[in-house]
Amino acid sequence: MKRLKKHTRTDLITYLGVAAAFLAISALRNNGALSRSLTGQLVPICCYMSMAVSLNLTVGILGELSLGHAGFMSVGAFSGIVAAMSLQTAVPFVPLRLAIAMAVGAAAAAIAGAVVGMPVLRLRGDYLAIVTLAFGEIIKELINCLLVGYDAKGLHVVFNLTGGKTVEDLRLGEGGVALIKGAQGATATATIATFTAGFVLVMITLAVVLNLKHSRAGRAVMALRDNAIAAESIGLNVTKYKMMAFVTSAALAGAAGALYGLNFSSLQATKFNFNTSILILVFVVLGGLGNIWGSLIAAAALTVLPELLRAFSDYRMLVYAIVLILVMLATNNAGFTAFLRRFLRWPGRSTGKEAA
Amino acid sequence: MKKKLFAALMAMVMVLSLAACGGGNNDAGGDSGDSSDGGSGGAAFKIGTIGPLTGDYAIYGKAVANGAKIAVDEINAAGGDIRFEFQSEDDMGDGETSVNAYNNLMDWGMQLLVGPTTTGASIAVAAKAFEERTFMLTPSGSSVDIVIDSNTGANRDNVFQVCFTDPNQGTGSADYIAENYPDAKVAVIYQNDNAYSQGIRDTFVSEAAVKGVNIVDEETFTTDTQTNFSVQLTAVQSAGADLVFLPIYYQPASVILTQANQMGYAPTFFGVDGMDGILTMEGFDPALAEGVMLLTPFSADAEDERTQNFVKTYQAAYGELPNQFAADAYDGVYIVKAALEAAGCTSDMSSTDLCEAVTAVMTSLSVDGLTGQGMTWAEDGQVSKAPMAVVIQDGVYVTP
Amino acid sequence: MEFLSYLISGISLGSVYAIIALGYTMVYGIAKMLNFAHGDVIMVGGYISFCGMSYLGLPTVLSVLLAMAVCTVLGVVIEGLAYKPLRAAPSLAVLITAIGVSYFLQNAALLIWGASGKVYSPVIPVTNAAGEPNALRLFGGSLSISYISLLTMAACIVIMIGLTFFTSRTKLGKAMRACSEDKGAAQLMGINVNATISTTFAIGSALAAIAGVLLCSFNPTLTPTTGSMPGIKAFTAAVFGGIGSIPGAFLGGVLLGVIESMAQAYVSTNLANSIVFAVLIVTLLVKPAGLLGRYVPEKV
Repeated sequence: MKRLKKHTRTDLITYLGVAAAFLAISALRNNGALSRSLTGQLVPICCYMSMAVSLNLTVGILGELSLGHAGFMSVGAFSGIVAAMSLQTAVPFVPLRLAIAMAVGAAAAAIAGAVVGMPVLRLRGDYLAIVTLAFGEIIKELINCLLVGYDAKGLHVVFNLTGGKTVEDLRLGEGGVALIKGAQGATATATIATFTAGFVLVMITLAVVLNLKHSRAGRAVMALRDNAIAAESIGLNVTKYKMMAFVTSAALAGAAGALYGLNFSSLQATKFNFNTSILILVFVVLGGLGNIWGSLIAAAALTVLPELLRAFSDYRMLVYAIVLILVMLATNNAGFTAFLRRFLRWPGRSTGKEAA
Repeated sequence: MKKKLFAALMAMVMVLSLAACGGGNNDAGGDSGDSSDGGSGGAAFKIGTIGPLTGDYAIYGKAVANGAKIAVDEINAAGGDIRFEFQSEDDMGDGETSVNAYNNLMDWGMQLLVGPTTTGASIAVAAKAFEERTFMLTPSGSSVDIVIDSNTGANRDNVFQVCFTDPNQGTGSADYIAENYPDAKVAVIYQNDNAYSQGIRDTFVSEAAVKGVNIVDEETFTTDTQTNFSVQLTAVQSAGADLVFLPIYYQPASVILTQANQMGYAPTFFGVDGMDGILTMEGFDPALAEGVMLLTPFSADAEDERTQNFVKTYQAAYGELPNQFAADAYDGVYIVKAALEAAGCTSDMSSTDLCEAVTAVMTSLSVDGLTGQGMTWAEDGQVSKAPMAVVIQDGVYVTP
Repeated sequence: MEFLSYLISGISLGSVYAIIALGYTMVYGIAKMLNFAHGDVIMVGGYISFCGMSYLGLPTVLSVLLAMAVCTVLGVVIEGLAYKPLRAAPSLAVLITAIGVSYFLQNAALLIWGASGKVYSPVIPVTNAAGEPNALRLFGGSLSISYISLLTMAACIVIMIGLTFFTSRTKLGKAMRACSEDKGAAQLMGINVNATISTTFAIGSALAAIAGVLLCSFNPTLTPTTGSMPGIKAFTAAVFGGIGSIPGAFLGGVLLGVIESMAQAYVSTNLANSIVFAVLIVTLLVKPAGLLGRYVPEKV
């Protein structure tokens, strides 16, 4: 191990940790030792992990605050659903169909990412944040107006701009199925997502993000984050590297969205609203900006947390909010951490500033 | 240091999660706030409800949980052979959380499900319940997609509904308007990001075309814009509509009525079952709803003894008038009870055995409830009961 | 005539956004943080004034003052408990904390006031004792402007002018501007930075209470999530006009309201928000610091 670089070692541990967790959970599940509640959350947890890691690429590594990441998840989810559902007869082998759907979701989200990224990445700071928020909301409203159906002749798409159109306007032939019904969303999805697919997704996301981070391009991206002007002055192509990171992040979110969409028989565009974007951002910030394994753990822990708080019944979300505030205070306030350390007799180093 | 502390906190959360989740069935869930057990224990059926107890749609989920709770308490107090242990879970009106809530209830040992409350969540859970053979009766999920998988065309045989389906309401409303207001110029205002609203509107529009109802304008709104309707109302007014069909929930409807009054616009407003509850809103001036028509299965003003008792108990316990969601859930629990009696089930049966037994008798059942006399169910799980058209006069429902 | 009535409803809605945006911009200008809980303080203001009028039977003016007092205290408490300990932390950590506070307020409101919406009776009744609408009638009655719209617009202008005067002429206002320019230098000049920030929060929250009352008079339902969408819109308005700029927030808010109203009327109610956001995006591409914002080139 000594000859490995420090970051290579961290990466290796991250991969191994995810694989070990997957094996352990699979074993537990096969023995029936896992509660149904946790079993049911495995696929969403994988999706959120992947979302968190991909957002970390934008926020932590590229250093741009994005408040619309759920929009890309949404694009991926609905395009993935359309792909999977329309290939039901053409591709009977389920894992292959799932893989195609996720690839389609990633591609569609990458296109959306490129369209959004071109204007957005010219802005900076909070202005960039508000524009990503705006795009997230626009994507939500557009999908709410979308009607998609499939029959023997292929796909039918209608855009319901003024609210006067219905599923009948799709003019589906005999045996046709409406896949996305505007606000009602996808209501009859065959749920083909599996935990194994979720594991593969997380591993691919990790591989893409970690490799990018340690590549030449990744170092260029981080140079842009730390000092855009200096980076530009040594000849780095700002637009190219920013777009690369942003589109990659969107594509990974799209793949995660496709898996998520295929895990539930019904899905509405309103699911991917501002609150979902914020939720993913919380995972990233709590896990540490740029810290990949931190994102993984935060995503898993915060997805499970509201379920654990069910015992509080009506006070559940209130407690969740308090926990969130306290965790932020605990991890970011020197006085508070010093107090906790004394309290827990934490063997800590000095309270010198550490990169977040 | 910061990272270590964070890792420690996260580790604590993870350990907690394993402790809480791994417990599985040993943890009876009895410590949960909303559970109420069947008294002497042992022979009670475990039933659960799911609905949004927090978030935008919390009014509906709370009504369902409260209505079901009253029915359970009544049945347990009556001391018959069938007793219930009851728990309600929050799903925030979201499919993912609803499936989580369902799994949580199954961990608790739930045998029969009266839920979920909202349509999208009901579809997500119905697919699970069908796959795992758990009996499911949704009090208020109204889309046909809940009981029929439109992808495969398969009928989810163990999934049933208490409320009307969207087509049922949409065609019912169109028929009623065609018959009673043949010359009306009709406008529709519906919620474009809500499955329930859009579902009724779709069937209303297609039936209206068949019956020759003259639709002059359609306007939409979304959850984000449901607080102000001045633009939609101005458009509807200038289109010359004299009847406005509102296939929406009562909260936005209250805004529409208030703002129409401010504009001095007074067409006939025609609502569906989601409109029920508008008179119970705190601060709402009932005079604004004067003359509003709605198709509803339930009326809190009904004279019959059962409704009166239900309303009295509900008001005493929760300090407000029950709406149709509460009544549907109350009926739901009694329907489950009737089905269990008819099938001769005992509480030691597994959820899958109960599912088969109860499903087998559902189609031959006829139940009298608050939301309809002689309710019966078709093979596909849809309920058959008569929608009742009422008009609001002096703050109460009157049959025209 | 329809056009005018859409325009007027747009301006009055925009005035509400503007009042919220003014609060946003004040806080952002000095604390450099996006206070996502601002929208929820508005909701609390709405509920408090509702309770004042309905439960305590207070006159309208007293209810509004009560709401302002409660919100001011709430704002200062939130700032002291949740934001002050994070003064040195990265701005994202503060953002997440603000979101936590927002969830907290929404869920606390749900527990206190229940899930069922309350119908808010406007501070100026819709109709007078004789049953006629309380509205200004123009062009022989074909255009009516309700008094509540007029009040909203007037309040918005008064607040904007008041704040401009306050920040440019008073000692405290100047201290605020100093803090927003350079906290370290301000401290060296003997300005108590922490106290100044707390005062800003107090003012922002009092404005939120007024905005809550007007918002609910305009959009007559009150639920625990009432504040979230107007909060986001107002944030958009503040950025649109140039965040940190007081006239910018005013202009951004009013324009946003008008665009929203026009988009609903003439394009599509489904996509009204999308159109608002699309206009924002285009504006920012042309003017990267918003309409009236100062573009500060980065120094090397």
